Amino acid sequence: MKLIAAMSGGVDSAVAAARAKETGHEVIGVHLALSKNPKKYRSGARGCCTIEDSHDARRAADRIGIPFYIWDMSDEFHENVVENFLAEYASGRTPNPCLRCNEKIKFAAVLDRAKAMGFDGVVTGHYAITKESDSGRLLYRAIDPLKDQSYVLAVLNREQLQGAFFPLGDTTKEDVRKEASARGLTVANKPDSHDICFVPSGDNAGWLRDRLGSETGPIVDESGTKLGEHKGAFTYTIGQRRGLGITIPTPTGEPRYVLRIEPKSNTVVVGGRESLAIKAISGERAIWCGPAATSQKARGFVQVRAHGEAHPCTYWSETGEGSLHAELDEPIFGLATGQAMVIYDGDRVVGSATIAGTA
Amino acid sequence: MPRVYFDNAATTPINDVALQAFVDQARELGNPSSHHGYGREVRKNVEEARERIAALAGCEASEVIFTGSGTEANNLAIKGIFWKRRSENPKRRVIIISTFEHHAILDPVHWLAEEEGAEVIEVPVTREGFINFEFLKSALENRSEEIALVSIIHANNEVGTIQPISEVVRLAQKYSIPVHTDAIQSFGKIPLNFAELGLFAMTISAHKIGGPVGVGALILKRGEDVTPLLHGGGQERDIRSGTVNAPSIVAFASAAQVAIRNREKNALYVASLRDSLKETIKADVPDAIFNAAEGEHLPGILNVRFPNTESDSLLLLFDGEGIACSTGSACSAGVQQPSHVLLAMGLSEKEARSSLRFSLGAENSRADIDYFHTCIKKVIERARAAYRSTA
Repeated sequence: MKLIAAMSGGVDSAVAAARAKETGHEVIGVHLALSKNPKKYRSGARGCCTIEDSHDARRAADRIGIPFYIWDMSDEFHENVVENFLAEYASGRTPNPCLRCNEKIKFAAVLDRAKAMGFDGVVTGHYAITKESDSGRLLYRAIDPLKDQSYVLAVLNREQLQGAFFPLGDTTKEDVRKEASARGLTVANKPDSHDICFVPSGDNAGWLRDRLGSETGPIVDESGTKLGEHKGAFTYTIGQRRGLGITIPTPTGEPRYVLRIEPKSNTVVVGGRESLAIKAISGERAIWCGPAATSQKARGFVQVRAHGEAHPCTYWSETGEGSLHAELDEPIFGLATGQAMVIYDGDRVVGSATIAGTA
Repeated sequence: MPRVYFDNAATTPINDVALQAFVDQARELGNPSSHHGYGREVRKNVEEARERIAALAGCEASEVIFTGSGTEANNLAIKGIFWKRRSENPKRRVIIISTFEHHAILDPVHWLAEEEGAEVIEVPVTREGFINFEFLKSALENRSEEIALVSIIHANNEVGTIQPISEVVRLAQKYSIPVHTDAIQSFGKIPLNFAELGLFAMTISAHKIGGPVGVGALILKRGEDVTPLLHGGGQERDIRSGTVNAPSIVAFASAAQVAIRNREKNALYVASLRDSLKETIKADVPDAIFNAAEGEHLPGILNVRFPNTESDSLLLLFDGEGIACSTGSACSAGVQQPSHVLLAMGLSEKEARSSLRFSLGAENSRADIDYFHTCIKKVIERARAAYRSTA
């Protein structure tokens, strides 16, 4: 097959490209330029938006022996990922831009372009497994539970999955590094990327404040009594406990947590941990990575954070509405709307939806 | 898979005679600045090379200042002349260039504007790829007292149009304003004579004419001084310092000699190949548009717009077929930028982003065009599909 290997300049995508080539595919390396003004050097552990990263990707491609190009996806990225990220925060939700990037950039803009140019799919260094089945290609967790990235890939529909290749799902990160070193890839010991690639400082709250303004507003308890001032509502996260700056203690001395963010009134509502307990989650914009869920209740697991726990649940979907519902066996605490809920059937990813409501 | 090189304006295959000259000279021990037998021997070869290049460029040997690249020679001309002229008269801080100069002119000029108080006047260019002469004329008339220098590219590297440099010089001479030209694409390919043009300074480079990379020259009028960029030894007329790069200089002279000996023959041959490439493109892609005028034009350059494509897709797809061509330029991160040359000629960003440069040389053959013909339809079709996918 003819494949495009998306190469960030990190160790994972380099080894993935090398493996794809070794399997006998015709592979071309592509580095996605996602920023209009890339910084010269990496600061800390961010891997995709610097000149140094594109250089690392190029050197890996040289070493593997594949052609290499840079694709400017900065407009697409800005429009679909950065602007969406800001809009979601401004509406009081907490988005996950990595999912968005997979859904709209890597396995949409890039995959579509690759297919139009005569390629069969896109190879990435994500840790996940795909398996062929009678109902098409299915998505599974990687074998390394610490690196498993099936959660951020659960936004790929069946057609997108058909063009997605994840050569690293059967390997641990440690072994990928060893392999990179054995292959003579200079990125073998490059630190993992964390955080959000387009927030170079790593200071998420500050970055949001700079762009969305930092209008102060009230912090209130559940009865509406004002307890303090906040520094811009959208820089708070549901379940957040630190940094609230409330000087009035609770009668019992229990800590307070952010329960809700109300962007219209610019209010942050706080309360006790028990008020964060959630037994049911509803999501919208459901995407199925295999056969769609139905209104028939099924048993499975729901995961609500990239590296979070999978919670046993009963799930179903209202057909025609693109909704997804999960009832949890045990309550979980502090869940923000806008995050993704991903349903697993064992290790298989059933699908995902954007969390719209909790109860 | 056949491989076809249509990127001769970027760099050319090294000429066998030049390569041999390079290797032979590289085996010789001695620093040409040393006052012993070893040094003298190397020095002799450098000076002979200087004389040969002078004869080919229409200048005196003492007017040839070897540099480490064409870019360095352009920087030396722009900054060196600006600093020198301003030191003579602080009023002189205006630099006149065209809007479609090479980056090796544009960037030093803009740097002088930002860091050294220069004022830049950019002469617009027409859709056909020629400078607006009337604009230049009135700028010279109105600002003559304040002008430090004029620098206009001799033949544009992206679209190939040849500028009326002798008329520019004639005009500037009325006000005793020095004129520099970047003749990197012209030297060895079209008639070029420094003295006849009456220039103050001119840049040439070796690797565009079958010589090695890493050597160029600034031809600077005898008796004129400019402020150096590099200090430390003054090996080249006290204007350029650094150990003289004898192997590259000797190879440069050999390449220039070969290029100029075959110039007329090659020009006819390359132009005929370019014409057939153009006919092939017209037949295979009827809506393709050619970006510059016919007429005063380098023989080997063809700049083509393929509507509803993006040039970086085209480049990747042609590369996949073994065909090398080029787009405008890439930023430091490697992202393709729309060509400033095409934008200067009045193309929209979208039009500039769908344009490619094919630059042919004497090493190309009819078979290259035939092979190109077997690939182009598929390439354009796929590039258009990719373009639609992003629309």
